[in-house]
Amino acid sequence: MSALTHKEWRAVAVSAALLGVAALLPVFDQGFVLSLSLNIVMYMVLCTAWTLFSGPTHYISLATAAFFGIGTYAVALGIGTLPFPLLVLIGAGGAALLAAVVGLATLRLSGVYFVIFTLGLAELMRQVVTWLQTQFGSALGLYVLTDFREMHIYWMLLGVGALVYLVGFLINRSRLGFAMRIIGNDETVARHVGVDTARAKVILFTVSGAFIGAVGAILAPRYSYVTSPAAFNPMISFQVVIMALLGGTNRLWGPLLGVIPFTILFDQISAYFPNHTSLAIGIAFMAIVYLLPRGVLGVWEDIVRLRGRVRIAPAGEKART
Amino acid sequence: MTIIITGLLLGGTYALVAVGLTLQYGVARIMNLANGENLVFACFVAMWLFTGFAISPILGILLVVPVAFVINWAIYAFALRPLVKRAKTRGQLEVDSILSTFGLMFIFQGIMLLTFGGQVFKYSYLADPVTIFGTNYGLNRVVAFLAAVVITGALWLFLYRTRYGTAIRAVAVDPVSASLVAIDVPKASAFAFALGGALTAASGVLLSSFYAFNASLGVTFTMKALIVVIMGGVGDVRGAVIAALLLGLAETAVASLIDPGLTIAATYALFILVLLFRPQGLFGRRTT
Amino acid sequence: MLRRNVLKVAAGAVAAAMLLTGAAAAQDVIKIGASAPKTGPLAGGAEVTHWPALHLWVHDVNERGGIDVGGKKMKVELTEYDDRTSGEEAIKNYQRLATVDKVDFVVAPYSTGLNIAAAPIIAQYGYPQLGATSVGDGFEKLAAQWPSSFWLLGSSTAFAEDLAGVLVKLRDAGAIGNKVAVVNVADAFGIELMNAGKPALTAAGFEIVYETSYPIDQQDFAPIIQAAQAAKPDAFVAFSYPPDTFGLTEQAKIADLKVGAFYVGVATAFPAYAAANGAAAEGVLGAGAVNPEAPGMPEWRARHKEVTGMEADYWASAMTYASLQILEQAITRAGSLDKAAVLAEIKKAPFDTILGAMDLSSNVNPKFWTVGQWQGGVYYGVAARGFDDIKEPIAKKGWN
Repeated sequence: MSALTHKEWRAVAVSAALLGVAALLPVFDQGFVLSLSLNIVMYMVLCTAWTLFSGPTHYISLATAAFFGIGTYAVALGIGTLPFPLLVLIGAGGAALLAAVVGLATLRLSGVYFVIFTLGLAELMRQVVTWLQTQFGSALGLYVLTDFREMHIYWMLLGVGALVYLVGFLINRSRLGFAMRIIGNDETVARHVGVDTARAKVILFTVSGAFIGAVGAILAPRYSYVTSPAAFNPMISFQVVIMALLGGTNRLWGPLLGVIPFTILFDQISAYFPNHTSLAIGIAFMAIVYLLPRGVLGVWEDIVRLRGRVRIAPAGEKART
Repeated sequence: MTIIITGLLLGGTYALVAVGLTLQYGVARIMNLANGENLVFACFVAMWLFTGFAISPILGILLVVPVAFVINWAIYAFALRPLVKRAKTRGQLEVDSILSTFGLMFIFQGIMLLTFGGQVFKYSYLADPVTIFGTNYGLNRVVAFLAAVVITGALWLFLYRTRYGTAIRAVAVDPVSASLVAIDVPKASAFAFALGGALTAASGVLLSSFYAFNASLGVTFTMKALIVVIMGGVGDVRGAVIAALLLGLAETAVASLIDPGLTIAATYALFILVLLFRPQGLFGRRTT
Repeated sequence: MLRRNVLKVAAGAVAAAMLLTGAAAAQDVIKIGASAPKTGPLAGGAEVTHWPALHLWVHDVNERGGIDVGGKKMKVELTEYDDRTSGEEAIKNYQRLATVDKVDFVVAPYSTGLNIAAAPIIAQYGYPQLGATSVGDGFEKLAAQWPSSFWLLGSSTAFAEDLAGVLVKLRDAGAIGNKVAVVNVADAFGIELMNAGKPALTAAGFEIVYETSYPIDQQDFAPIIQAAQAAKPDAFVAFSYPPDTFGLTEQAKIADLKVGAFYVGVATAFPAYAAANGAAAEGVLGAGAVNPEAPGMPEWRARHKEVTGMEADYWASAMTYASLQILEQAITRAGSLDKAAVLAEIKKAPFDTILGAMDLSSNVNPKFWTVGQWQGGVYYGVAARGFDDIKEPIAKKGWN
């Protein structure tokens, strides 16, 4: 692995500074703004983790809810007997394990089947957990009572966020990241030049699943009462896909451009027009397909390129002469 | 015995949904994830016709099917055709069509939520007992099953006994060769997509006479139809019918013998097994 | 970056200033927040029981000129959210009511499960929670954990024991034998009652010949009724929720389920149940009841229909209204909108409600109806705790 370039150092420094600013938020507000910011950070981590796998491979995974729910249930079942950080690790591990198994079984399937399979997976998990709880438990939900306030959850999520960016950054610089970019461009070519495509995809899917599981685990205390329809809510999967694609999946920070506006918009819609949420999601999907096929990031890059071309063009001509 | 008959009665209706989807995916090459919403929408229309105008669901089919045909044709022509033209590769089309039909799914769902609200609906039509082999069954189920048999039979005659039906099957097998023998592939695709939607709507009308439904039920049916389509082999009408009857039987057996809470889990488990071991379908040939 | 911080500090200062002026300005309405299903599986039940009773109360209070708070009449202003029958949404809604809308008091959600789910968050913000639509055991424990929570509709053990008692009466009268089929919906209410119901029935000498649970969004009830029928029961018991109560009854009718006692759960007490089933409703037993002929009740039911356009159910509509009457009287007695003071009043004295005198000093209401039955087109209570104006149960005779 090569040393960091000057530009990369700058990116790391700016990110760290932004993180520091974000961490100060609870000092100023502990009500609505914090609550909203918590959602933003949550989706930021989820979407970035999702993009780690789906960005380069173009596989649309709807398994987010399944991984998220496993994390949540790890905490709900273990709280009171095991320390919280350990439970978060167990949640991440459980989700990673599921991702690895699913990846090994299905990543050779074509895109459509993979989508349907992952959607069915979350639904299957929800049904089975509900059934287990009604057969062997006495209630449909579990209390998760901790001393954590929203700001603690927010800080923990920011920590995971920093980690996911770091991991994504390192993967992009590594051989694995290079292999993924080749797979993304043309899988057949990748196989011919000796990339073990199946292995690379499974590894990324597992890493992505682990982060999603960790977020689910950290979020569990926020809702104090965990039920399987909430933990394995398929809406989480859909929203993550929308936000990530809306932002753009070509760069690590692309999804963030979708997460911030969409979380704020969706919060307002679900509070004041609860019956319009489905409609809003539908319109967002259509907008992605017909108006923003490469996301906000794509539009941004086009603008930068246009302005850049105007400025760079004379220099380029000089170089040729 | 009771389980077998109840299962077959349910499977008959599933067969219609699955045949609808297999036409859309097999011929038009669009995985229509909004297909279930199409069905639920037909349920609502059937209820509205029945409670508002006393039009029985059987007559209702005659009204709903042409409308569904036109709507689905319009969806294909205006929303999906541009994607087919734009797509450079099959994979690109797949991703685009999944995302846009997801969009359609949520939009339909949203419209139904706004119009009808989120409660569970049910109306009573022919809720009278019929005795078969000494056990009582709902007359509405028997009527729905018979109607499904008639519709599927008519479709089979169309696909296997008419020129245009043969052309559509040719597109399903190989669109490139089909266009070489002077078949208008885009037109045939649009027709198959619309026909598939109309069939699904017909099954929705039939189903609504004995099944409780709500605005967000569509996904469940899309999943069931997908399982059946994949089990039967994509584009294979005969396979879809057999697979649908099997699914109806499996669901009823699980609900009666094991636990009603596990019916959906059982269908997904079945789906996973099929995907892993026979992704080409129960009756399909293995392709490379 | 520095500029952004400065902006934030400025925004904080403005917010603080607004808070101060807000507190200084005299308040003339009481803000009440509500969150309950308007969509999702329980929307149908909430639209009959929860929302109309709540709207009737707001209407009644404001027509009187408001609630008397320390000698001043204050009108009530209601903020409503839909929880889509999801515990997660309910929790978010109460957070929003407390932090964004800054309401003075909240109305407890609808159903056992949502009340259990929302209890910690409502308690965290210090609001009293008067759960008028939750049936379950272990409420004493919940009340000990969250002393601001009150549980009004009764315990599942009482519901199960009284149901067993009614079945024993029918057995003694020769209407039924010993075999019972029991099914339940896989939601908090159904699970609670199933857990209490099985031992209660066994203790009363009944044999359970068929039992199962089914998911809350079950659509097809034919397999359940057919499997129950195959076990040849003398009595059929379903701890069910609104859509399934209707579905199970219809299938029982089609299959001509021959039982001497047919019990279904929530929604049996809805006027719509009799409307949908006509003569077949006669003799059907159901969860909960009221005495529709108790003093004041006929007038209240008439007003409910007149104001909300909907007939009240024969069970929890009245309890929902009574819980709001308790809140109102506690506010008046406390003479302020201070949550702690009102909470202390709720615990203190008996209240005068549509259901007679009520006492919440132990957080769990000891006086409630447990079993009802359709008799001659009216739903009467046939078993209760703390009420003695009950009717005798009758046998279920066929479906026509």
